[in-house]
Amino acid sequence: MEEQQSLWEFMVQQSDKLWSQTFAHIGLTCISLLVAVLFGLPLGIWIAQRRKAAWFVLGFAGILQTIPSIALLGFMIPLLGIGALPAITALFLYALLPIIRNTYTGINGVDPAITESARGMGMSKWQILFSIELPLAMPVILAGIRTATVVNVGVATLAAYIAAGGLGEFIFGGIALNNSNMILAGAIPSALLAVIFDFLLSLVQKLNVKRLRKVSVFLPIILVTLSSFYLTPLSQNEILGGFTPEFMGREDGYLGLRSKYQLNIPTVVISDAVMYKAAFEKKIDVISGYSTDGRLKAYNLVTLEDDKKIFPPYNAAPLIREDVLERYPELQHALDLLAGKINDSVMTELNYKVDYLKQSPEKVALDFLLSKDLYKKPTDGNKGVVRLGSKIFAEQYILVNMYKLLIEGNTELKVQTRTGLGGTKICFDALTNNEIDMYPEYTGTGLLVILKPTRTKLNEISGDREKVFDYVKSEFSRKYRLNWLRPIGFNNAYALMMRRTQAQSLNIKNISDLKNYSSNENHQH
Amino acid sequence: MMVVAENISKTFNDIKAVDDISFEVKEENTMVLLGTSGCGKTTTLKMLNRLIEASSGKISINGQDIFERRPELLRRTIGYVSQSNGLFPHYTVAENIAVVPKLLKWRSEKIQKRSDELLHQLKLPAAEYGSKYPGELSGGQQQRVALARALISNPPVLLMDEPFGALDPITRTDVRREFLELPELKKKTILMVTHDVQEAFELGDQISLMDQGKIVQSGTAQELLFKPANDFVRKFLGHQKFLLELNAIKIREIWNDLPEVSVPENADLTDSQSLWEAMEQLSDNARDTVTVTDRNSGSVKTISFSLLHQGYNKLKKSR
Repeated sequence: MEEQQSLWEFMVQQSDKLWSQTFAHIGLTCISLLVAVLFGLPLGIWIAQRRKAAWFVLGFAGILQTIPSIALLGFMIPLLGIGALPAITALFLYALLPIIRNTYTGINGVDPAITESARGMGMSKWQILFSIELPLAMPVILAGIRTATVVNVGVATLAAYIAAGGLGEFIFGGIALNNSNMILAGAIPSALLAVIFDFLLSLVQKLNVKRLRKVSVFLPIILVTLSSFYLTPLSQNEILGGFTPEFMGREDGYLGLRSKYQLNIPTVVISDAVMYKAAFEKKIDVISGYSTDGRLKAYNLVTLEDDKKIFPPYNAAPLIREDVLERYPELQHALDLLAGKINDSVMTELNYKVDYLKQSPEKVALDFLLSKDLYKKPTDGNKGVVRLGSKIFAEQYILVNMYKLLIEGNTELKVQTRTGLGGTKICFDALTNNEIDMYPEYTGTGLLVILKPTRTKLNEISGDREKVFDYVKSEFSRKYRLNWLRPIGFNNAYALMMRRTQAQSLNIKNISDLKNYSSNENHQH
Repeated sequence: MMVVAENISKTFNDIKAVDDISFEVKEENTMVLLGTSGCGKTTTLKMLNRLIEASSGKISINGQDIFERRPELLRRTIGYVSQSNGLFPHYTVAENIAVVPKLLKWRSEKIQKRSDELLHQLKLPAAEYGSKYPGELSGGQQQRVALARALISNPPVLLMDEPFGALDPITRTDVRREFLELPELKKKTILMVTHDVQEAFELGDQISLMDQGKIVQSGTAQELLFKPANDFVRKFLGHQKFLLELNAIKIREIWNDLPEVSVPENADLTDSQSLWEAMEQLSDNARDTVTVTDRNSGSVKTISFSLLHQGYNKLKKSR
């Protein structure tokens, strides 16, 4: 049924969330912009007269700009944790360069004959700045603010990764859940925001200098008002959940926690990349991790038992195009070499080596194959090329590297890897659009994200790993001409996790314990 | 209001832009600093309102040491017209003119009255031009607004840095003529920088020819022409010498050699005009003779090419 829901129906149904995300988005953009203007404008003015300082400041701001936005957010976590502060800081740093540079350029672009005649008539330095240089530089400065605004509306979507809210919650949730309506419900408003802000600022830019003086008084007031839309969603006392956008929208995730466990704790949306660390640093208490994640070990977290069995099995197995398998039947043998070889604890250990010990996935894959005596030297054949894809986390990188070594050692084929393809939707689309030939997928994901069977079918099979595998295998073959090869062995299912110390002190062992604890807490309030 | 500079120098990174020069501009006189680019004439001018601080030397205006005053306050009392007019493009004509009076905290009625008066003199009626922006004016009009801006607060001293430099030759001649006729300017002590010899000769009561940071010769146009101090002066004026001489010599100076007209009529020229102007009249109207009047006595004489030539030669020999 869900597939037939129109975008409009989705937006109406989710209008509460949509509004709060939109306001959070506007707030994030405006606060960071305001701070960037307050900081960048005086700095740009200051360096306008100082060549050396200008070189240094512009260079530094330029370097900041080249850091990928998601990486910049990542750098913020150890410094500022998660939530609004690091998000605003990162957005502020992004907005800085266009504002400083355009202020600098604008002021230096004022005809020196004009400033000299101003001096010659006896105007002071400040009078020249405020009456001559700033008004004449204003169109250029405003162009910089415009650039910064549009950039910030875009980058602010990434704030969802570190629990700062905004329209990114829908966008990334939608990508993870293969839900186009959800993606569009986030993407369209954020694109509209960019267009509207840009348009409004273009109006300001077109005003003549006279009116601009009046408007420039109101502009900060408007910015502050818009900024106040944004209220920090983090609460202090209760147990706080930090869940990935994908988990938030899934029946076998947050929705299931609410319907089957009646678990009702305050939550923030956060990226998988920073979630574990945030839990470790006590920024959040309960997270939606994966049971084989290496960071489980690294950050001393425990998984809570899923006593009502809402999380279906997630057995990893290679998912491959049938036409590729027909063309190169020897692939099956090479890929099956890994079948049944890795259990949960081995996978956790391998992930730990990559995520925490910072070993490269290539090395971890090679070491493992060597220890199991599965490694063979590459044949350097040139029979053809197989394109391997992976999602954007360590386990997939390790598996893809193992498959690369196995294919190149056991067949005459060459391997091209395209790692880091984001979420399930991106990998799956790449596979069906013939951009990659195979990637490692999880049976639960195939079932719930791609196939989306009816509730009765789901209830019938979801508790049993064999049944899920058989169903997924036959349906994928029928619908998409994709083949699930034999599972690798481990089950990387969803699991709720807490800090070991906190779980022990509150005596929480399973999800029902957590539910009981949180409803008692709520009751007291 | 006398401007006196004594032994002033300016050094930029060990290079002497202005090298120990002294000069004096008498009240209500115009002194022109003439020279090629890089000779130090603009630097000299800007030291007078401290846009450039002199490295050494003394400057006084009407006996008062300029270094004793705050630069901003000093500048508000000296009119300044910068190169390429320097009007504020985001200010209207009226606002541009009001800059200095506002700094001096004049009442707005006073500003209004004075700028109307000035704009009227400069043939830019305030009603029509007051609310225009500089970009909407022609080059010549812009230059007149720049002049009005420098004159509005009635400064006794006026500094002009290549004031006609941005204008095309024709507009330039027109604006210069207006400049000469403007009553406001007759009462000013003016220092002006130019590289245009003709302009210098036309406008300067006193001309200081500069080279490599020094004043090579200072004097009236005729002094420079007929008693050049050295080869540099001779060469500098050389290629336009004949024109300059004819411009510098007034008809009055050859008056005695001209024949009187028997029947007085309305004369074409006056005796205070130059030989050059007489030649222009002769050639423009394709006439053999034109008439000249002596304003004082009212007598009228005729002048022709040959008479003009004789007078010129005689004058040259006598110098």
